[in-house]
Amino acid sequence: MSAARFQSGDTVAVSAAYPPGHVRTPYFIRGKSGVVDSIAGAYPNPEELAYGRDGMPALPLYRVRFKQTDVWPDYAGPANDTVVIDLYEPWLEPTS
Amino acid sequence: MTIRRHHDMGGLDAGTVEPVEHDYAIWEKRVDAIVKLMSTEDRPYLSTDELRRGIEELGPGVYDELNYYERWISSATNLMLEKGVFSVKELGRKMADVESRWQAAGAKPQ
Repeated sequence: MSAARFQSGDTVAVSAAYPPGHVRTPYFIRGKSGVVDSIAGAYPNPEELAYGRDGMPALPLYRVRFKQTDVWPDYAGPANDTVVIDLYEPWLEPTS
Repeated sequence: MTIRRHHDMGGLDAGTVEPVEHDYAIWEKRVDAIVKLMSTEDRPYLSTDELRRGIEELGPGVYDELNYYERWISSATNLMLEKGVFSVKELGRKMADVESRWQAAGAKPQ
């Protein structure tokens, strides 16, 4: 695995990409910004494993925290509610 | 284009969720066992990721009609055909064998 590009506390944006193949990034989180909570480790790329390949090199997997009010426009719960989603590094971009 | 794939339904209205306890049917347990036995080090015929990809590729109609383990066995079957582990003809012959064995035993096919 290459060194992780992001650290805990970094603000990141999820790619607003919509490829037709197997991906593990939920539709509802694409294009949203959150903060890296922790690095979960490095794992073979599921987008490759899904087609019978070895998924190497392993990719850093991040736990990224999002404000619920950023994810759902009509969110009715407390304003400080968050959701944590596991996201692979290629789906994340730094935000300026 | 922002295409949402059919299975990727997080956030869509799902109506009321009614939690119910249920036992697994014997065939569901068999499907679970078969899939586990096809993803061991000795028999690396499929991975969880391939199984998921196969389920996603069932298509909207079939995806909705099948239950959880029906999706599993459909995906696993398609993957084995894709990989040439068995042929369509072998599968058809085996299914007919099993069905006649069940009938001979007086059991209803599950």
